[in-house]
Amino acid sequence: MHADARGVLTGVHFLDGDHACCEGALTAGARFASGYPITPSTEVVERFAARVPTLGGIFIQMEDELAASIALQGAVWGGAKAFTVTSGPGFSLMMEHIGYAAMTETPCVFVNVQRGGPSTGLPTLPAQADMMQARWGSHGDYGVIALCPNSPQECFDLTIQAFNFAEQFRVPVMLMMDEVVGHMTEKVVIPPAEQIEIFPRRHTSKPPADYLPYETNGDMVPEMAHAGEGYKFHITGLTHDQRGYPVMTVPAQDKLVRRLQQKIERAADKIALYEEEKVDDADVVVVSYGITSRVAQRAIELARAQGRRVGKFRLITAWPFPEHRIRQLAQKTKAFVVPELNLGQMVREVERTAGGLARVLPVSHAGGGVHRPEDILQAILEAA
Amino acid sequence: MISEVRNPVEPFLRMDRMPHIWCPGCGIGTTVNCFTRALIESKVDLDHVTIVSGIGCTGRVAGYVKLDSFHTTHGRAIPFATGLKLANPKLNVIVYSGDGDLSAIGGNHLIHAARRNIDLKIVCVNNLIYAMTGGQTAPTTPNDAVTSTAPYGSYEPAFNLPHLVEAAGAVYVARWTTYHVRQLARSMQEAFAKKGFSFIEVLSPCPTLYQRRNKLGDGLETMKYYKEKSKVRNGAPTSEVGLTMQGEIIVGKFVDRDRPDYRELMRHRLAETLGERYVECEELVCS
Repeated sequence: MHADARGVLTGVHFLDGDHACCEGALTAGARFASGYPITPSTEVVERFAARVPTLGGIFIQMEDELAASIALQGAVWGGAKAFTVTSGPGFSLMMEHIGYAAMTETPCVFVNVQRGGPSTGLPTLPAQADMMQARWGSHGDYGVIALCPNSPQECFDLTIQAFNFAEQFRVPVMLMMDEVVGHMTEKVVIPPAEQIEIFPRRHTSKPPADYLPYETNGDMVPEMAHAGEGYKFHITGLTHDQRGYPVMTVPAQDKLVRRLQQKIERAADKIALYEEEKVDDADVVVVSYGITSRVAQRAIELARAQGRRVGKFRLITAWPFPEHRIRQLAQKTKAFVVPELNLGQMVREVERTAGGLARVLPVSHAGGGVHRPEDILQAILEAA
Repeated sequence: MISEVRNPVEPFLRMDRMPHIWCPGCGIGTTVNCFTRALIESKVDLDHVTIVSGIGCTGRVAGYVKLDSFHTTHGRAIPFATGLKLANPKLNVIVYSGDGDLSAIGGNHLIHAARRNIDLKIVCVNNLIYAMTGGQTAPTTPNDAVTSTAPYGSYEPAFNLPHLVEAAGAVYVARWTTYHVRQLARSMQEAFAKKGFSFIEVLSPCPTLYQRRNKLGDGLETMKYYKEKSKVRNGAPTSEVGLTMQGEIIVGKFVDRDRPDYRELMRHRLAETLGERYVECEELVCS
């Protein structure tokens, strides 16, 4: 289906990433957000609070991130598309409810405009150090999706993608922005509503008597009903069966938890979006994401000017990690260079996936700023 | 001919989940009986009644009642219910949980939902301890009571829940015990019909963990205590209804007042400021 034109500000805009993210959410059909103020993410919901009352929706500022991250899930079960927005300390507080969304298969979006950590860290300055937390932050095993925009345009585009993936796979989707992308202002083109694909809610077509909340078919994703429709269903964070009833057994746990992971893994090749350039005959492939990919671009150009064969691989989806493609490239290239604004997170995935077939050189940065292109260039030259 | 006689509450329960987990003498089942009676008497459309629980013994209520029902995370039933109610105002949303869940880990949400006057009906079953985890001290545990984490007796001052929620803004506040089944069912019925944040505290025995450890006898013994030491004082100032160990229990309807609920406040403000640009939300159902 197409986006509802009422929420779509079709045209050419000059927006920062936070505001573009808000427009992406409205375009995707989000009409409910619950938030708690935190720098550098708050502008997303500030704009939402101003815009959504004219579109028949609600913004509520909750008393903390625990409340924000569960209120949106209540809204989803009431029928809405909903999201919340936060940064590091708030993201830590939301972890329990990311787990609840994963367990109850509540389609929703968590935006994290990353700042320096740990703890209060650097409230106004960038980092990319929550990447592993996005994948593993809540307790237990589950599958999630995480996307990393590198421009305000992508903040718009990938917010829509995040909602679409959330609905398609019934998972919490993390939009992993960073402070620079959130606060940089660039051209953002919003297409006409009829050119924007929206994945609709997977609402059951069964009558209440035949409906089982967690019955699945081939793609392992169950169909939803909303409260108030007469289904009288039960939802719990406890391990449950197809009826949604708690079952405390080894087989029930095995069946449910494996499905929660496999429904994402089996579709990983479709979810794992990336951008690549001149990787086929590259000696060195630079793997980067978010704002770092734009600094890496400069380093790649400098290296090419020196005659080096350097490829670019940009992660658009961080989770599930594009394992197949990195494994293919590992067979052809000598080395991967992985700059990121942390002390080495996604580089571990590159290492694991390369499986020793290619060297992997991290270019770490503790956050608070971005890399100097020269530092990435040096790693490229060392690797080549 | 022997004719089968069915319990009238059965249609309201998920009979395929019986037997329940509650101990003999526990009062939670009694409160569920009152709840179903209140539903029958209220003649509400059950398709539009939704129940949300947190974690704990009372948190299991959502799993046994045949309604749209959500067993959420510890302490977060109220914010979940807030999102649910805002997304679909047609729902009659009941939050059914325990004293530890609602007033300790969920205490912040309790006071803020009362402050906002979100249209939720809270049933707080108070057994004075954390029962599911083995009888630890709760914010409601009275002084001197022995718990598994206060083996020499509790010395923390306890919350007076009616006083707390009245101060925070609740429009309807009542307290009963599981001895007062008719009064409790009537209060629930009144709360269903009341717009805004309603709070009903129900004192309930936990013979396994509270009464046993404090040598207070079984469930029946507790019923005798409730009967003998309860005093109905409708309209009592909530500052005077604090509980003490085995002391007098002031019960009744303490607060019944009107103030605009969150949705009404939102609608009024936005309509006034935005004029024709304001698009009122009825149900936020996405396609």
